[in-house]
Amino acid sequence: MSEAQDDDAAPREAGDARRKNVMALLARSDTGRLAAAWEALTNKPGYRTVRAPETGLVMVRGRAGGGGRPFNLGEATVTRAVVTIETGETGYSYALGRDRKKALYAALFDALWQAPRHRGELERSLIGPLARDLEGADARSRAETAATKVDFFTMVRGED
Amino acid sequence: MYVAVKGGEKAIRNAHRLLAHERRGDRTVPDLTLRQIVEQMALSVARVMAEGSLYDMELAALAIKQARGDLIEAIFLMRAYRTTLPRFGYSEPLETAKMLVRRRISATYKDLPGGQLLGPTFDYTHRLLDFKLAAEGGEVPEMPELAQPDPQEMPRVTDLLGHEGLIEPDVPEHTPESADEDGEVGDLTREPLSFPAERDIRLQNLARGDEGFLLALGYSTQRGFGRTHPFAGEIRIGEVEVEFFAEELGFAVPLGRVSVTECQMINQFQGSAKAPPQFSRGYGLVFGQGERKAMSMALVDRALRSRELGEEQGAPAQDEEFVLSHSDNVQATGFVEHLKLPHYVDFQAELVLVRQMRREWEERNRQDKADAQEAAE
Repeated sequence: MSEAQDDDAAPREAGDARRKNVMALLARSDTGRLAAAWEALTNKPGYRTVRAPETGLVMVRGRAGGGGRPFNLGEATVTRAVVTIETGETGYSYALGRDRKKALYAALFDALWQAPRHRGELERSLIGPLARDLEGADARSRAETAATKVDFFTMVRGED
Repeated sequence: MYVAVKGGEKAIRNAHRLLAHERRGDRTVPDLTLRQIVEQMALSVARVMAEGSLYDMELAALAIKQARGDLIEAIFLMRAYRTTLPRFGYSEPLETAKMLVRRRISATYKDLPGGQLLGPTFDYTHRLLDFKLAAEGGEVPEMPELAQPDPQEMPRVTDLLGHEGLIEPDVPEHTPESADEDGEVGDLTREPLSFPAERDIRLQNLARGDEGFLLALGYSTQRGFGRTHPFAGEIRIGEVEVEFFAEELGFAVPLGRVSVTECQMINQFQGSAKAPPQFSRGYGLVFGQGERKAMSMALVDRALRSRELGEEQGAPAQDEEFVLSHSDNVQATGFVEHLKLPHYVDFQAELVLVRQMRREWEERNRQDKADAQEAAE
């Protein structure tokens, strides 16, 4: 690997981490919300489907003991798609389940997010609110679970 | 030898039509929706996903509906369906330490970082039938109570104990004892089971194994057939992110979350020539909320480690060939239930044989009697 490539690595990784975060949100969103966000876009770009939505399996792995050697736990259905938008960006999507429409929208939004002219609007209209809603749902789940926290105490029984 | 039979097409067609009718039941009763099954029969859905070895709640609900609630039949349907799909690859191993926890308890430490969280459990219920649920329209329960969550991380109990050196640590990389020479992760969906089986294969087999079978085996170890002195170090249930390394992207893509149950069993171990006395461990991990299955799996995983730990073997739960060959309920049901298919030619052959044996036996008896009579006279 040349030095020039090494210099690029850090910002690219940071970019990948942000994109990964966006892809995680899209994967957890429901189709209706993605469809509505697409319809609401002010300037929808033209796009071409590179790989039509396809459903397959990913073998999910665990680790022995939680942190040991990997083993195969079982498979999960996954649907993926690839699209290219007219400004040249290629969007990918992967999400659990068999929802082809969702895969297509998620790939479109991944492409849009990479396009400088679309990212701002997308962050405002979809990514930001989606992140807040999903975080809100997690916070609610944590709070519900927290209410079941128990303090066990031990008692000495009988006489010694 | 099995000789094929022909015919019966019309009867089979009509039987399937009758099955569809019975499946629907009384047509004045509303049809079950998949969503209802996913939401209100969630633990059946979890079991079908775990033993069907396919995570997809909607498919599991469909399988349960189609199977009229017969979970092993539903599991069979899931296994058959998966063969119709291409395999994209293998996920990154789940990080259960980063779980969004819904329930987390430890029977070994009462004060552990992050606390004991009962979550939605049947434990401490009175097991009395609740007739409020029988009322038409059903009961509308109160919304859950909320409380400020503990900001502390929730480390796995086994990671807490680890630093004291009193509990065996996880071995993340393969060692000569723990892995095949090439370090590949074994996959039962690609390679048939062979013996001796390493722990990766054993865990995969147990994760998809029948809950009832593993429960009985786990119970047998508690009752003295391969005693391992277990403690439930930790049980946690919740959601974990799945990531998949996509070649075309060059990074691990998040796919969404799966719900899993993890059980860390901590067991007594006397020590051996190789290892000092310390707690050993058994591990259970299953799709969905399946606490009984995860606990049973952890007990059986630990029992199957007897060879590796140099313990005396002999109990059924320690016999890996016995356990792993009989844990799969789809295989088991296939072999048991095939007995009801036509075996007319087989049976005819045996009938001829038994008739002949009977003739010979009677002949011999007559002869013996005649000989005895002769001797007496």
